[in-house]
Amino acid sequence: MDWTALDLSLRLAAWTVAILLPVSILLGRFLAIREFRSKPLVEALVMLPLVLPPTVLGFYLLVTLGRNSRIGQLWQDLFGSQLVFSFTGLVVASVIFNLPFAVLPAQRGFQAIASEVREAAACCGMSPLRALWKVELPLAWPGVVTAMVLTFAHTLGEFGIVLMVGGSIPGETKTIAIAIYDRVQAFDTESAAIMSAVLVAISVSTIAVTFALSARVGKRLS
Amino acid sequence: MALEVMAQASAPIPLDVAFRVEPGELLALVGHSGSGKTTLLRTIAGLWTPETARVSVGGAAWLDTGARVNLPPHRRRVGLVFQNYALFPHMTAAQNVMAAMMRPDPVEAERILDLVNLQGLGARRPAQLSGGQQQRVAVARALARRPEALLLDEPFSAVDRATRDRLYSEIIALRAHLGMPVVLVTHDVNEAQILADRMVVIADGRMLRAGTTAEVMADADALRAMGIRELAAMLPATVVAQLPDGLTQLEAPTGPLFLPNVEASPGTRVRIRILAQEVILARSRPEGLSAQNIVAGTVARIAPGQGPGVLVHVAIGDHEIIARITRRAADQLALRQGDPVHAIVKSMSVARDHVATVQPDPKAG
Repeated sequence: MDWTALDLSLRLAAWTVAILLPVSILLGRFLAIREFRSKPLVEALVMLPLVLPPTVLGFYLLVTLGRNSRIGQLWQDLFGSQLVFSFTGLVVASVIFNLPFAVLPAQRGFQAIASEVREAAACCGMSPLRALWKVELPLAWPGVVTAMVLTFAHTLGEFGIVLMVGGSIPGETKTIAIAIYDRVQAFDTESAAIMSAVLVAISVSTIAVTFALSARVGKRLS
Repeated sequence: MALEVMAQASAPIPLDVAFRVEPGELLALVGHSGSGKTTLLRTIAGLWTPETARVSVGGAAWLDTGARVNLPPHRRRVGLVFQNYALFPHMTAAQNVMAAMMRPDPVEAERILDLVNLQGLGARRPAQLSGGQQQRVAVARALARRPEALLLDEPFSAVDRATRDRLYSEIIALRAHLGMPVVLVTHDVNEAQILADRMVVIADGRMLRAGTTAEVMADADALRAMGIRELAAMLPATVVAQLPDGLTQLEAPTGPLFLPNVEASPGTRVRIRILAQEVILARSRPEGLSAQNIVAGTVARIAPGQGPGVLVHVAIGDHEIIARITRRAADQLALRQGDPVHAIVKSMSVARDHVATVQPDPKAG
């Protein structure tokens, strides 16, 4: 059992969730209630990681964030280390790759709120921020929580993009999914089996807890 | 503080309307669906902005496209009761009411819920309340904002008839406590006539007629826009007794009236709506007639109606009954202004829906 890899995966998942939580709320809400001409394009871009092979996305990220890219050079100048093949680079890749999982469920959650309810909040004297906190989030939160759970579970399991952008540096970019692959390559089936089981247990329990929670909320509102 | 509204737009619907509502006054915007009346209400609340518009309360502008003033909805002290109430489903009734307060105050919330007859229901969620109760929560929430203008968007359309009658009486009773201008949007002429002091009739975004309820109800053009079959007169009356045969005896300025089953105790003041098409006129007091309600008056005026019909306004003291008869009948009776005439109202023609209960209150009625 590679505890370092598990710890790295959990940290990566936590960072991804922390960064994508505000993104999912703001972008999900924006896409749910605003109509604009380029909306289909924006939605398609958000969806893209869902249909692209992780290797393709990983390749483009490598090209955009790598040492020879402008972003990569700027990063190198600012922090003295390179963005790719580092934990930070992994977080960036993970955030982009999880965008559809974070945004779509939140968008559905906000779409389920009747427009009159949002208008009623404004007519009750609530500022947009207060209406978001007091009315919209309490109603949309099952969607937002689903988004975060999917993001968390999906990050734990991601393989291709992590390998492309991060390589397999122990303690820096070697996540549990890659550790499992390593163990299988080394014919260490026992370790691979244990780590796989742990991953399954974590994923199943997080998803089950979410479903139970949202079922309770659904019962309360109907 | 009076509410002044002016709105002009060409899209999405043409709009050209201006009106003023005095404090404590209830103005009804009446029109068919798609006439633009709800758009006007949304303009006042700040949920929509027409090309050219001015909305002000007590002289202070909420919206003035010319001066580039446009306060967002939450900066306008407005109470809006939505057609489907739009209650916050995750909050209790009391929390819904408190959500509209500057400083949430449970005691004040309870007082407002009492005012709309929801004693003891503050802890329920909207899903646990009936349609009529939800509407009351919506009214309470709108009042909790201490609005400078109260806006009602078809607030009675989603409840059944019996509940609607009760809610009418409650709104009439509540009005004694309200000092702000009230705007009611409705397609129901009956509702407007029962509740409103003044009416603005809107068709295709234009003001067809504006005036007191009595004036508008006597205007042939306005009536045509609202559907002439709805033409009716309103009479105040007091319940005298419930008779053993199921009729209710009422005392009206026109004399005693008998209506079937008015559910109110003696002494209750009501308003009776008499449809013009249910009134027959006679030169002399008819005898041997099955109809119970015959009142004597004089012809106030004769107005041309739709097609072969005319509208005869019969003055009885300070009040009027309107009869819709054919021009041929009017000619045969040789009716002229000032002629004495008897109006026969079939007692069964006064439907339950057309009786509004007025609580004994000096300001209402």
